[in-house]
Amino acid sequence: MSAKTLMRGTHVLGEAAIRSGCRAYFGYPITPQNELPEYMASEFAKRSDGVFVQAESEIASINMVIGASATGARVMTSSSSPGVSLKQEGISYLAAMELPAVIVNMMRGGPGLGNIAPAQGDYFQATRGGGHGDYRVIVLSPAYGQEIADMTRQAVDQADKYRTPVMIRGDGMMGQMMEPVVFPEPIDPASLPVKEWALTGAKDRPSRIIRSLWLDPPKEEELNWRLMRKYEAITEEISDQEAYLCEDADIVIVAYGTAARIAKGAVHRVRSHGVKAGLYRPKTLWPFPGSLLASMSRDLDNIVVFEMSAGQMVEDVRLSVEGKCPVTFYGRPGGVVSTPEEISGVLTSVSAGKAKKSA
Amino acid sequence: MLALEKLKKAPDGKIDKNKPESQGISVFSHRHTGVLDVKKIFSRPKSLKDVPFHYCPGCGHSVIHRLVCEVIDELGIQDRTIGVPPAGCAVLAYNYFDLDMCEAPHGRAAAVATGIKRMLPDHVVFTYQGDGDIAAIGTAETIHAANRGERVTCIFVNNAVYGMTGGQMAPTTLPGQVTTTSPGGRKPLRDGNPLDLSAMLALAAGSVFIERTTVANPKGVNRTKKAIRKAFQAQLDDKGFSLVEVLSPCPTNWKMSPVDSITWVEETMSKIFPIQVIKDVA
Ligand SMILES: Cc1ncc(C[n+]2csc(CCOP(=O)(O)OP(=O)(O)O)c2C)c(N)n1
Ligand code: SF4
Ligand SMILES: [Mg+2]
Repeated sequence: MSAKTLMRGTHVLGEAAIRSGCRAYFGYPITPQNELPEYMASEFAKRSDGVFVQAESEIASINMVIGASATGARVMTSSSSPGVSLKQEGISYLAAMELPAVIVNMMRGGPGLGNIAPAQGDYFQATRGGGHGDYRVIVLSPAYGQEIADMTRQAVDQADKYRTPVMIRGDGMMGQMMEPVVFPEPIDPASLPVKEWALTGAKDRPSRIIRSLWLDPPKEEELNWRLMRKYEAITEEISDQEAYLCEDADIVIVAYGTAARIAKGAVHRVRSHGVKAGLYRPKTLWPFPGSLLASMSRDLDNIVVFEMSAGQMVEDVRLSVEGKCPVTFYGRPGGVVSTPEEISGVLTSVSAGKAKKSA
Repeated sequence: MLALEKLKKAPDGKIDKNKPESQGISVFSHRHTGVLDVKKIFSRPKSLKDVPFHYCPGCGHSVIHRLVCEVIDELGIQDRTIGVPPAGCAVLAYNYFDLDMCEAPHGRAAAVATGIKRMLPDHVVFTYQGDGDIAAIGTAETIHAANRGERVTCIFVNNAVYGMTGGQMAPTTLPGQVTTTSPGGRKPLRDGNPLDLSAMLALAAGSVFIERTTVANPKGVNRTKKAIRKAFQAQLDDKGFSLVEVLSPCPTNWKMSPVDSITWVEETMSKIFPIQVIKDVA
């Protein structure tokens, strides 16, 4: 085991990716995630087996990811909301071509140029596919420094295992925060299983094609159903959440990422005033880990969904709970960061029967 | 017996099966046995699959595919070459090239090629792109790949229209040329001028070899092959970015006979896009 290191979130992500065998990074500057490409550039400059390219745009960088992934490499790109929008065509191709890749979105306030403050307005984009066509992307949502390290390893492994793009969602606050982290042991990429589909030159074997075009509709349908079967397996195997103080809870707040840390503070506050509150924190946003929440919901008086958006994940919560328990939404879009006091106020008033409107 | 001399003969007089056979049919007497052999010396290049092309009669794509494959065979690089086809009439190029092939979204071939080449620097990576693909939607990716001096080769098939989508105006469409989206002819002050991407790419310090050729006549075909070979060689020598722009007939969307299409390339298109070496510092 390596020692505990104090590091900011973006650097944790980069270091964990390199230790997970990622040897290629393609990106384009955008705040608030620039420390990640900067970290990759400086780390790869120190070694002979790392490829860093600052591309001319997010479109170019995601397409470089396609090329690098096609050769079998473990590869990563990162951006923030507007840049991730530009990557969507490429992500759709990655899904269709069944190419592994890790895409980081350090979300910022939007829509449009928005601002650089922490926000969660890209939930729909991430969990519904984001680009064109019937596909999904695994979406991991860390909330703590240690989780950034662990989930980065998971992301790289899951991308390879399922041959699918995996997204890690953070925000500027998470990216800047310095936290103690224990890193996973480094993986030597040479020790990883050979990818029998990778393009390495048709030497002593038939040539290979990586494609997404299937002009014959039954063939395209076949690809779609194969993807859907894969997504079912992913849903079975990796859905994950933290249920914190939920056993005896009357009211549960559902939140992810930075919002979940704020919500956890609020849970502690209201508990000290006798409100039995718990936190349900999805760690995978897609697949949405709704089944435990659904089974808990019969015994709850209230569910509150708190997002740093105008209300997106709340739809998945309502779909999971299917009316078994009232669901109230509280959100602050546009990069406004709530305080634990603000959220404990919401929990107190909802549990007292007077649902507080979104600010 | 010129053809015979051109044959790559092994010391024992036998034909080296691994050498490309592209010189025609020749009959010759075996040096030791005196037996007459009939040797086929013009055939499909090894790296071109044995499947019929879907291209229209008189289309330049088929000829250009063949030339690329002949060069790959002659350089002996089939097992370490990776191709990137476009969105365009050549979207199915991976069905023809017997090489590892990675599709690219429309226009993004140079970026996909960059990703491949950076991971496999000892491999040969080329893109095959139409004029709409490379000179409209993919302009940025192409210019920046050239500027970075990516050791990749672009085969740029300029047919002055968007072939695949049904003959719309392309960035390369000539002034006055009628297309489905310039029905009265392209008007420069309304629709823009033909874009000379190759000249723009020559300005980039990272580009080392750029030539414009045509496959509209036999001389052009030979010259195109030589240019493709030079472009691949620049990459093999690790010099920088290389590109061959090929003026290529599209009889279907030009609404001309194949013969008239050839005349149009020679007499009209090549006035705006002159056949020339645009840059050679390889
Ligand atoms: C993002 C995107 N936009 C548009 C298209 C539609 N499209 C396919 S090929 C093409 C242009 C083809 O023209 P060109 O590159 O000149 O190739 P040609 O068919 O003439 O060889 C277009 C616009 C697409 N596939 N993707
Ligand atoms: S439409 Fe034009 S470019 Fe396309 S295959 Fe036919 S002739 Fe060739
Ligand atoms: Mg064209």
